[in-house]
Amino acid sequence: MIAEFGLIALWLAAALAGLQLLAGALSLTSRGQVLGGIVRPVAVMQGVLCALAFGALIVLFLQTDLSVKLVATNSHSAKPFIYKLSGTWGNHEGSMLLWVTVMGLAGSFVALIERRLPEPTMLATLAGQAFVSLGFYAFLLASSNPFERLPVPPAEGQGLNPLLQDVGLAFHPPTLYLGYVGLSVAFSFAIGALVTRNVGPAFARAMRPWVLGAWIFLTLGISAGSYWAYYELGWGGWWFWDPVENASLMPWLAATALLHSASVLAARNALRAWTVMLGVVAFSMSMVGTFLVRSGILTSVHAFAVDPERGSFILALLVIYIGGALTLFAVRASTVTEGERFALTSREGALVFNNVMLSAILGVVLFGTLYPLMTEAFGQKVSVGPPYFNPMAALFAVPMMIVMAFGPLLRWRQDNFARIRGQLILPALISVGVAAGLFAAEAIGALPLIGLAVAAGLGVASLLPLRGRNLRRTPLPVWGMVLAHFGVAVTLFGMASESAFSVEKLVAARVGQTTEVGPWQVRFVEIQPVAGPNWTALEADMFASYRGGAEVEIRPQARSFWSPPQMTSESALVTRWNGQLYAVLGEETDDGRWQLRLWWKPFVTLIWYGSILIALGGLLALIGRVASDVRRVVARDKIADRRMEMAK
Amino acid sequence: MSEGQKASRWALWLPLAIFAGFIGLAVSGLLWPADRNVASTMIGKPLPQFELPAAVPGRPGLSTADFTDGKPRLLNVFASWCIPCALEAPQLSQLEAAGAEIHAVAIRDRTEDVSLFLKRYGNPFTRIGKDDISAVQLGIGSSGVPETFVIDGSGIIRYQHIGDIRPEQVPMILEKLKEAQR
Amino acid sequence: MRTLLIALLALFAVPLAAQDSLPPAPYANRQIEDPALEAKAQELMETIRCLKCQSQTISDSDAPMAGDMRSQIRMRIATGEHPEVIRAWLVERYGDYVSYSPRITSLTWPLFALPVVLIALSLLLLRRRFRGKGDAS
Repeated sequence: MIAEFGLIALWLAAALAGLQLLAGALSLTSRGQVLGGIVRPVAVMQGVLCALAFGALIVLFLQTDLSVKLVATNSHSAKPFIYKLSGTWGNHEGSMLLWVTVMGLAGSFVALIERRLPEPTMLATLAGQAFVSLGFYAFLLASSNPFERLPVPPAEGQGLNPLLQDVGLAFHPPTLYLGYVGLSVAFSFAIGALVTRNVGPAFARAMRPWVLGAWIFLTLGISAGSYWAYYELGWGGWWFWDPVENASLMPWLAATALLHSASVLAARNALRAWTVMLGVVAFSMSMVGTFLVRSGILTSVHAFAVDPERGSFILALLVIYIGGALTLFAVRASTVTEGERFALTSREGALVFNNVMLSAILGVVLFGTLYPLMTEAFGQKVSVGPPYFNPMAALFAVPMMIVMAFGPLLRWRQDNFARIRGQLILPALISVGVAAGLFAAEAIGALPLIGLAVAAGLGVASLLPLRGRNLRRTPLPVWGMVLAHFGVAVTLFGMASESAFSVEKLVAARVGQTTEVGPWQVRFVEIQPVAGPNWTALEADMFASYRGGAEVEIRPQARSFWSPPQMTSESALVTRWNGQLYAVLGEETDDGRWQLRLWWKPFVTLIWYGSILIALGGLLALIGRVASDVRRVVARDKIADRRMEMAK
Repeated sequence: MSEGQKASRWALWLPLAIFAGFIGLAVSGLLWPADRNVASTMIGKPLPQFELPAAVPGRPGLSTADFTDGKPRLLNVFASWCIPCALEAPQLSQLEAAGAEIHAVAIRDRTEDVSLFLKRYGNPFTRIGKDDISAVQLGIGSSGVPETFVIDGSGIIRYQHIGDIRPEQVPMILEKLKEAQR
Repeated sequence: MRTLLIALLALFAVPLAAQDSLPPAPYANRQIEDPALEAKAQELMETIRCLKCQSQTISDSDAPMAGDMRSQIRMRIATGEHPEVIRAWLVERYGDYVSYSPRITSLTWPLFALPVVLIALSLLLLRRRFRGKGDAS
């Protein structure tokens, strides 16, 4: 019953999306204007129905209804509750349903609360949103039906991949999807603005909170995914430039550029073409990412439900949506008049540089990810990985971060560097000092050294915009910017420190043996078998002491699941303010010793704390903008009321 | 229209052009999916110097010298724990019956397991070397089991067949062996 | 009793897919005594691709062949062989695919040309944007 209800809700939502598109498009014509009134209610209904369909799927998973094919292939009655819940989106069909649900709900949200734009642009935006949703509804209903029934329900489900049975990973997809698919709003806004030739500060101001919201989720989602991979997969790394990881990073790069570009457009009515293009590119990268991940054309550790047929369907959608949007952009953007002029040395100039650098990194990541595919077309195989991506990304990121240090200090429209030179002496000295000190003291690589130096300088420089201000009167968006830029410095510091100062130890240890790794002494006490709800494991009991201090107990495990049969490694972490001890248990050797892999990673947690600061900065900016928008609307309404009063 | 505006026209079409390139690439990736096997690049190069002990009591061990006496041979890389190796056993027997001499390298295998495998599936090999740390496998550019190489009379690798040999591929292997005589 | 249980679990802990039953190669999971040499080996291993995995380096992979490759590399580095010589040896056998460290060859030159193209493109776009300041809009 529930499955049928979900399917019906999904069909209805798809139908409403069609109606939304039709009404919205027709309302732009001279004779169809009356249809405009139904677009918003239809958008809200569509979102609600979609959410109901997704809710139905969740219920099916929680009940482990094995007559539904998706549940039978991806769940198991012995799974813990939280993983039954997260199993809903831990598969292709469920995650696609999540995709259209977030799109629908985003559209509803826009329809309900967005009132800053002229009506035609709003209707064009909602029509655009519906247009994109329709393709994905078609994909779901035609080839990825989540509610398909099995004629004979099996006795037990096939279980969820043990790697996915983890709290961190359970909530990684929804967070990411709120980000990726949230960018669809920016896409629709861009389409709406291009269609109604309304690219201006109002458009940017309307789009900005939506982009900020999606961007915050995307930042947190990528960061959570990275941390999950770090502690769950047991190889001590946190980013591999794997195609699926890159697929998640590319929308983030575009969204960051879009955010900054929209700010310029909103404040100074400049960078019109850039902002519209980035609005289109950001969600396009989300769609390209989903194609790359689901089609199976790239080799990746993360790739799920590989199916070239489904890949072809998504590719067709991409051609229609991205091809259409980019064509619209190329044709219409030339009629978008140039905005205000500005000098090279100005806030706008710094932001243009920022845009260009982010786009360059995006280009490098895209090209590098697709390159193996290009050479395959000629029958050759190459591998493109961290040794390529790290220096190439740094090539553009380092200049960008140097400009990030002084960009916020520049005035709009025109400024000269000499005016702010004084303030920058301190950060510059710190950077040079750190670089020189590290060069003399330690033997670390060039990239980590540059990273640490830039991070130190940027950390100080990011606080400079607050200098000389009354801190209690400083607007929230400024606090947001400072916090986010500071967060970038912190993240960079963590990345560079981990790269420069990590120590690894591999031992075949006997019970009772003590191993040294960096400043830690790790005492291996015993091995014992343990059991969990759907797994058994061998657990090593170890005691770790930092520089002879109090001992901390750690218990890394080598875990075996039986449905489906798989082994995972549960690493044990000890987190201090200055880094993490990371312990992994391996296999037993012939002579009764146990493989232990231990790392000491100084300041590695700053990578993820920094990204939380970045997201927090975004949140402050969002709250600040929304609050000021609300105040502006309230004031405008008050003035309108007063005018009406006076007219009586 | 000013110089600046005309010049920017081409830039507006750039994203679409890049996207078109991506679509072409994606289509080629979907239509002609990549071969996941990693082929050896040692074709045309000589076998590395190696000497492996005997894997089972009934057959002698294997070294490079066993390939350089002027007669082309097959080199089969296999293991008892490898399921496709069992599947290709009849084809290997066919090749041996047709006159091909097959030397083998057992990868990461215990003597008793290899003996059991040969007893069960037949033994078409003249010599079997025991490669516990995949040294020879790495040396010839093999990346999995089973693989069959055609080695000519002077020890040069002439052809690599990845995966088990299917019945319809037996004539092709014999043909490659004949080619190696030239 | 406890040891029996552990032994039983260790038995079941072996993955059920086809796997060999021999122990890992001597230096697969054992570091070279000299930390400087081990660091060199580690740096090399982090850029060599595991051939039996989807997308991993041999330093992160549990596959037996990856262990064998690690062992080979460590043994060779311990005897003083230069890392790039070992890399070239592997590339000679498996092609560029086995190395994540890109060389500039006829196959990979676009990867290195791209940043140059991007820098040129950015300068072009930026120059046009700022030089046109004097024009009447």
